[in-house]
Amino acid sequence: MTETPLAVQPSNPAKAVDTSLIAGWGVDANPQNDPTYPYRDRSQDDHSGEWRRPTQQEPDVELLQSVEHKWLPAVFGTSSPPSGVSGSMRRLAFRWSESNWAHWLLLMGADRVNMVEGLVQDLAHGRIPNIPKEMGVPAEWRHNKTGLVKKVAVATAVVGAVAGLVAARKNRTRRKLPDD
Amino acid sequence: MRAMNYRGPYRVRVDEKPMPRIEHPRDAVVKVTRSCICGSDLHLYHGMVPDTRIGQTFGHEFCGIVEEIGPEVENLKAGDHVLVPFNIACGQCHFCKQGLFGNCHESNPQATAVGGIFGYSHTAGGYEGGQAEYARVPYADFGPTLIPDWMDPDDAVLLTDVVPTGYQAAEMAGIQKGDAVVVFGAGPVGMLAARSAWLFGAARVIVIDHIDYRLEFVRDFAPAEVYNFKELDDVVVFMKKTTDGLGADVCIDAVGAEATGSMLQTILGKRLKLESGSAVALHWAINSVKKGGIVSIVGVYGPTGNMVPIGNVVNKGLTIRANQASVKRLLPKLIEHVRVGNLNPKAIISHRVPLDDIADAYHIFSDKLDECIKPVLLPAGA
Repeated sequence: MTETPLAVQPSNPAKAVDTSLIAGWGVDANPQNDPTYPYRDRSQDDHSGEWRRPTQQEPDVELLQSVEHKWLPAVFGTSSPPSGVSGSMRRLAFRWSESNWAHWLLLMGADRVNMVEGLVQDLAHGRIPNIPKEMGVPAEWRHNKTGLVKKVAVATAVVGAVAGLVAARKNRTRRKLPDD
Repeated sequence: MRAMNYRGPYRVRVDEKPMPRIEHPRDAVVKVTRSCICGSDLHLYHGMVPDTRIGQTFGHEFCGIVEEIGPEVENLKAGDHVLVPFNIACGQCHFCKQGLFGNCHESNPQATAVGGIFGYSHTAGGYEGGQAEYARVPYADFGPTLIPDWMDPDDAVLLTDVVPTGYQAAEMAGIQKGDAVVVFGAGPVGMLAARSAWLFGAARVIVIDHIDYRLEFVRDFAPAEVYNFKELDDVVVFMKKTTDGLGADVCIDAVGAEATGSMLQTILGKRLKLESGSAVALHWAINSVKKGGIVSIVGVYGPTGNMVPIGNVVNKGLTIRANQASVKRLLPKLIEHVRVGNLNPKAIISHRVPLDDIADAYHIFSDKLDECIKPVLLPAGA
């Protein structure tokens, strides 16, 4: 049986190897040794890394792109483009690859900042968000009254304890001032 | 139009938002008739997925009626009833050509590890989701599938994610006739994975969780042996004992990042977020499967890293198989399973909630109130 040299097209033609020069090349290849069966159809893998690309969607909002992408994917979502402080953090995050923790930690941090920005944005538009409703408190009241009462009691106790500590500390500071 | 609006962890509401429009020649706009809250939406809701931005509409499980199509969409027309796979896939890239429609390379600028997903943060492409009255559907000439006349729309909406994901969990597990299969997680996906395991010839199906009402449901739905891990001293020892001391042939992780059962994982993964969630179920799966066995993962984890006993994977000679479900690939088979009665997805729907009450629906699902298994959202007039 004759093997055609370069029987498989390498993903980077510049790195092509003349496999006819490699002793025993492919003699143990076994198509049944495929742990991706049946969810990956390897008969359609030409190793070229090339395909007929779909029409490109034209960006009309700011997009952040993974540095691991060779090109801008043909379609994308246009929801909530980056803005404000969180937007700056996201832009910074996209300097690093998906393999870098800094990328993800910055994005998580941006999400928390974005939450505060959302609150400010609501207030700036004259809207006071109904946070208990947004958090599903009415459902908790309908289905878990005891749990809700417990949560409110714990939250009240924690807030009360913190407020008490702060007040006590202020009082101590005030009492010390004349002696200082 | 009315649409869900994410305001931060544990805070969602419904607001007026602009109608979606055709932004690409292969787009369609779909009038949503049903959408679901998925267990993986809870990872967004709990603030665990990086780049989840305020103002986004979630929802990757929905079906509806085609309202408008772009100039390159020739196989759909206005008025068609379609179910929309959660994967946004072009159908022609390197990965789509191989049937890996959950790994499309032409639908997500923000990340290469995952393809585009409707309403699932900017890490999955920044698309608006289907928990709304209308949704933009990219690659509409490839993804959406006509709902057969005979099919109940409640079944159709569950074929967009939960059924294919559960089925693919069993498929990837390579179940052979006679195998003992353990499914970690009695959520909707775990229920469908347990049900699907029988279709591949399992001899025994065991489901592990800590929520009794869900275990009771899956005991009849799958059917399956069920165990509450809070009543077991050591899950792994119990699994070994109940499988001749060797372990199960196959373990399926249908839980993902929000698993309970280990204080250390809870603190590191869920509270401090130093891991991408808590990987307790995966840990147990690796240690409960027999040597040479297979662990199938469909539970969703974040993109950073998790603490799992990878040394045991090597020493036991395990095969780990994992992916997002390739919905479009599986649909013909799954539609037939529903038609002949092998699968009855709509049985898992426990709550029908008007879209405007979405905050309550998220809270009920997240906190497992009112014996919630699967909530379906109904836009007004749907």
